[in-house]
Parts: sequence; C-alpha cells; structure tokens
Amino acid sequence: MTWLTEWAGYLPQMMSGLGVSLLIAGISIFFGYPLGLALSLMVTAKNLAVRTVGLAVVEIGRGAPALVILYLFYYGLPKFGIAFESITAACLALTWNSAAYSSEIMRAGIQSVARGQLEASNALGLSQRDTFFRVIMPQGMRSAIPGLMGVAIQMFQGTSLAYAIAVPELMKSAYNIGSQDFNYLQIFTLAGLCYAAISMPATWITVFFEKRMARHT
Amino acid sequence: MDALSAVLQGLPMTLMLTLLAFTIGIIGAVPLAVGLSSSNVLVRLACRLFVDLVRGVPIIVWLFLLKFGIQIGTFKFNPVGAAIVGLGIVSVAYLAEIYRGGLQSVPRGQGEAAHALGLGRGTTFYGVMVPQAFRIVSPSIATYLTGLLKDSSIASTIIVTEMVFQSQAFARQHPTVEGILPYIIVGILYIVLSLPVAYLSRRLDSRMRKAIYA
Repeated sequence: MTWLTEWAGYLPQMMSGLGVSLLIAGISIFFGYPLGLALSLMVTAKNLAVRTVGLAVVEIGRGAPALVILYLFYYGLPKFGIAFESITAACLALTWNSAAYSSEIMRAGIQSVARGQLEASNALGLSQRDTFFRVIMPQGMRSAIPGLMGVAIQMFQGTSLAYAIAVPELMKSAYNIGSQDFNYLQIFTLAGLCYAAISMPATWITVFFEKRMARHT
Repeated sequence: MDALSAVLQGLPMTLMLTLLAFTIGIIGAVPLAVGLSSSNVLVRLACRLFVDLVRGVPIIVWLFLLKFGIQIGTFKFNPVGAAIVGLGIVSVAYLAEIYRGGLQSVPRGQGEAAHALGLGRGTTFYGVMVPQAFRIVSPSIATYLTGLLKDSSIASTIIVTEMVFQSQAFARQHPTVEGILPYIIVGILYIVLSLPVAYLSRRLDSRMRKAIYA
C-alpha cells in the first residue's frame, strides 16, 4: 500500500505531463484528419504530379517510424536553419503521421461507397462538388469512423515518443521523478497505468462503434 | 556515403530485434488466442484484460519498465534483452488479437461438421480451424511485422545500437548539413525493408485465396 500513497504524491506532476501528452495528441489529430482528407483526395487525383506527391507524403508518413520523423524535424531541419521548439517538432511529426494513416482509412472509406451512389447523383444532375461533399463523403466517412478513432488512440500513445526529444510529456515527467528517487518500477508502472486509463476505454468505445457499424451494413 | 554505412551498422540489430520479438509473438500468441476464445468466462476475461492492458501502454513505457524497473536479485536486463522481451510481450498481445479474429471468422459450421464427422477436439482445432484461420489472418500478420520493424526503432531510446541509434550517433558527430542525411536514409531504409514483407504477403494472400476457392 506504500505504493499507493507514493503514487498519490507523484500524481500532480504526472498529471501536468499527461496534459501535455493530450495536447500534442489533440493537435496532431485536429490537423491530421483534414490533412488526411486532402491527402486521400490527392492520392486519388487524376493529375499524375498531384498523385505522386500525395503518395510520397502518405508512404513516408506511414512507412518511416514516428521516431525517425520526430528526429528529422527536431535534429535534422535545424541543420538547414529551420529550428523548432521540441513540442512544436513533436506536433508536426505526429500530425504528419496521423494525416498519413487517416488518409488511407478515409480513402478506403470513400472507395467503399457503392458506385451506384455516384451514378445516381450524376443522373440527378448534381454537380461534381455536391456529389462528393454531400453524397459520397458523408457515407464514406461513416465507415471510416472506427479506423479514425484507432488513429487517435495510436497518436495518443505515440506522444510518448516525444520523450526522446525532451518534451515535458507524461513519459518525461515519469523519468524525471524516477531519476530523483530511483524507484523506476513504481513510476513507470504508474505511467503505464495513466496511458492505459485513457487508451483502454478508448479502445472499448472503438470496438463498440465497429460492432454497431457492422450491424447496419 | 559515410551516413549510409553508419546507418547500416545498425541494420543487423534492427533485424535481430524484429525477428526475435516476432518469433516470441507468433508462438506466445497461440495460447493467448485460445484463451481469448475460451468458453470459460473467467479465462476469457483474464486474457482480454491482459491483451488490452499490454496494448494500452506505449512500447516505450514497456521498454523503460523492463530496462530500469526490473531488478530480481542481481539480475537486470541489458538494453537488448529488455528490447527483445518488451517488443515480444507487445507482439504477443497484438498477434493474439489477430489470431482470435481469424479463428472467429471461420464459419461455425466447420467446427460442427468436424465434430459430426467424429474428429477429436485437437484435430478439429489444429486440423480444421487453424489452417482456415491462418489463411484469413496472414495479411494482417504481415502488416503487423512491418509495424514491428518500425517499432523496433523505439529500442534506440534505451541505448540499443540499432539503425536509429546509429543515425543519432552520426548526426551528433556531423553538426553540418550532412547531419540530416542519416535521418532521411534511415527513413527510406525502413520503407525499403518493409517492401519484401508487403510483397510476400500479397503473394501469400493471392495463393491462399486460390487454395480456398479452387
């Protein structure tokens, strides 16, 4: 039980770290989803140049480890005189990551909309824009929801990598506390529980949505 | 290309971490997947809690917990050991979930038919259910392997000398513009390394599809 009382003492410092983690995750999702939509449109565009650029951005964002993108922004770009604060670098890297992942999910969602919907809209004389934004996208996005929630959880967990560039997020707070008293087992267990306390319910909600969606299709 | 050769020094370690953790996962996930689809509620809930808990905690936390937190007598994990065990545990949880999905998607009738034919429980499971489930999940397993390859980069944070660690070391020694090269190279390397896995999975997938519908 001594663990619990000590945990209670650590909690304020951990909570401020958790706040930073949630902020980074929130920003990367907030900007990542719209960028992801734009990327998914670029990847399916008719123009070859647009398609190639879109594909490259998506493939690097998904194919390279988040840690590498993080280092590229934080340690790599300053060598060209472009320097970011650590937290900005973390937000940029994770935004790229989440945009790349969500673009694939949105593309799959949009492509899953039955062709007849497109043909019906054409037959009804809807403009291309209305067809996309009012017919195809609303239906496609619906089926993308569970996947996008999964990306959000992944991004929240990904914020722990920002520890590596000394962003004062949850993992960094834990490490700082641990290196004072050398009670690493205790503090990293607490850190793990903090992450799990958010990730686990979020996963359950996602699974619930997945099942509900499956019922309606 | 100094940067390339510096990064490549970490390649064997990256491959070793990935393959050992993957092996632990592939084997360890079998009993867990069976537990996840057990008819005993307690067993099922315990396995579910384990899987969700392991997946709910970021990999870097597992690595630090093992590297710094575990001390049994005089035993402490060295960085490589902690990385292999940490990535292994996480793989067990993710792959168990993939296996469970596969087992669940095998039509119930298959099990019932095997039962009706008088096959034993072991034969039904390993001879009827598992081969069909494997066909369904083999692309997911390949996707997980490429994910694991990328996740092995996190081991650099506990000073395992894999590719990202080597990139860092090179970049520190080259404060000039050249210092950005290793990060670009290592990023491309991860993508290149995952190409054969993706190719293999696509071939495996199409072959298995043929096998099912032939």
